Amino acid sequence: MSEHHHGDGHGHHHDNHFTDMEARVKALETVLTEKGLIDPEAIDAIVETYETKVGPRNGARVVAKAWSDPEFADWLKRDATAAIASLGFAGRQGEHMRAVFNTPDTHNLVVCTLCSCYPWAVLGLPPVWYKAPPYRSRAVIDPRGVLAEFGLELSAEKKIRVWDSTAELRYLVVPERPEGTEGFSEDALAELVTRDSMIGTALALSPEAAR
Amino acid sequence: MNGPHDLGGQHGLGPIAPEKDEPYFHAEWEKRALGITLSCGAFGAWTLDESRHARESLPPPIYLSASYYEIWVRALETLLKRHGFITQAELDTGHMLEKGREPKRVLKAEMVAGVLATGGPCDRPVDRPPRFAVGQTVRTKNFNPKTHTRLPRYARAKVGVVEAVQGSFVFPDDNAHGKGENPQWLYTVVFDAGEIWGEGADPTLTVSIDAWESYLERV
Repeated sequence: MSEHHHGDGHGHHHDNHFTDMEARVKALETVLTEKGLIDPEAIDAIVETYETKVGPRNGARVVAKAWSDPEFADWLKRDATAAIASLGFAGRQGEHMRAVFNTPDTHNLVVCTLCSCYPWAVLGLPPVWYKAPPYRSRAVIDPRGVLAEFGLELSAEKKIRVWDSTAELRYLVVPERPEGTEGFSEDALAELVTRDSMIGTALALSPEAAR
Repeated sequence: MNGPHDLGGQHGLGPIAPEKDEPYFHAEWEKRALGITLSCGAFGAWTLDESRHARESLPPPIYLSASYYEIWVRALETLLKRHGFITQAELDTGHMLEKGREPKRVLKAEMVAGVLATGGPCDRPVDRPPRFAVGQTVRTKNFNPKTHTRLPRYARAKVGVVEAVQGSFVFPDDNAHGKGENPQWLYTVVFDAGEIWGEGADPTLTVSIDAWESYLERV
């Protein structure tokens, strides 16, 4: 950004416009690369994986299949890791999966109060809010207040079950199948399954809302 | 440890502010932070539990004001220095000054797909039966170790019900400190909100944690 000139009145001159974190990470990457400890192309490959290959569309496929295929839904309840792997989704932060199903009585919500545990294999990288203190602190004590901030008002009778991911189990919420979706293909159903509906901060979209 | 990471139940940390159509990364450095962190994890020099402990050991004012990728970067610097791969002087100058420790493995681009697809399973067999059964009422321990634990403060000394026996897993409280994996049975224990939060708790709310066997006592 050399085209940007500071006024003369500034007390000191920056020789670049890196933020602190840019500079910090650049130094770290340079040292590690000079030592042969990291391969910058491996970093590119990791980033590309989570930008283009592993994301919430994976989880949406799982949910759409569970809605369409009772045998798969049953397998997902009993052994989520294997059922999800059968669709090709496995690996880092998806080694030990559990699927929890919303019902007319109970709404499920997933949090990691201690760090940022999240089912990468089916949802990809977590959003900033999932990793940040406001959500992590309040999901376990005031989930209704949390859900209201996402625009989701549940009926007063609906039970709420919060799953705090304190171990290596990673939780996928299977939202309820929206009404008016009889006869929908798995592809069409998957379009209704948002990332937030698989964390529990939203419901699946209605066909009207998805249009 | 009773660190800044143990956030369940705290008030006053502000609105959640979900971002519409949030991008995967908010800056280029976050991409590098992700890739560097995963690459260095592949050295095999420390465990996931040790890296979690390095993150939660950040000073509370830093932890609570940093983005999660910043938390990762700061903890990674600690781990790399602790295990002899880099020095603070190198971080300060931004260049290699001395040859450090050699890792068991350097993650090359062609290895990435395989490593990410395999992940790091941490279920391990144990040679004893589970001490607790599904449906059993249990109480979590009251302890306040200065070391790593995965029993959150809000769920200590609370009575709940074993809902599932999830298998046996590496015990993070030991594994974070180089004491070995020492696997234990892991249970999903569910609590009524009233047990955890007392007066004014949402009567429709239950909260579960995944608890290692040594976190639990018979009632």
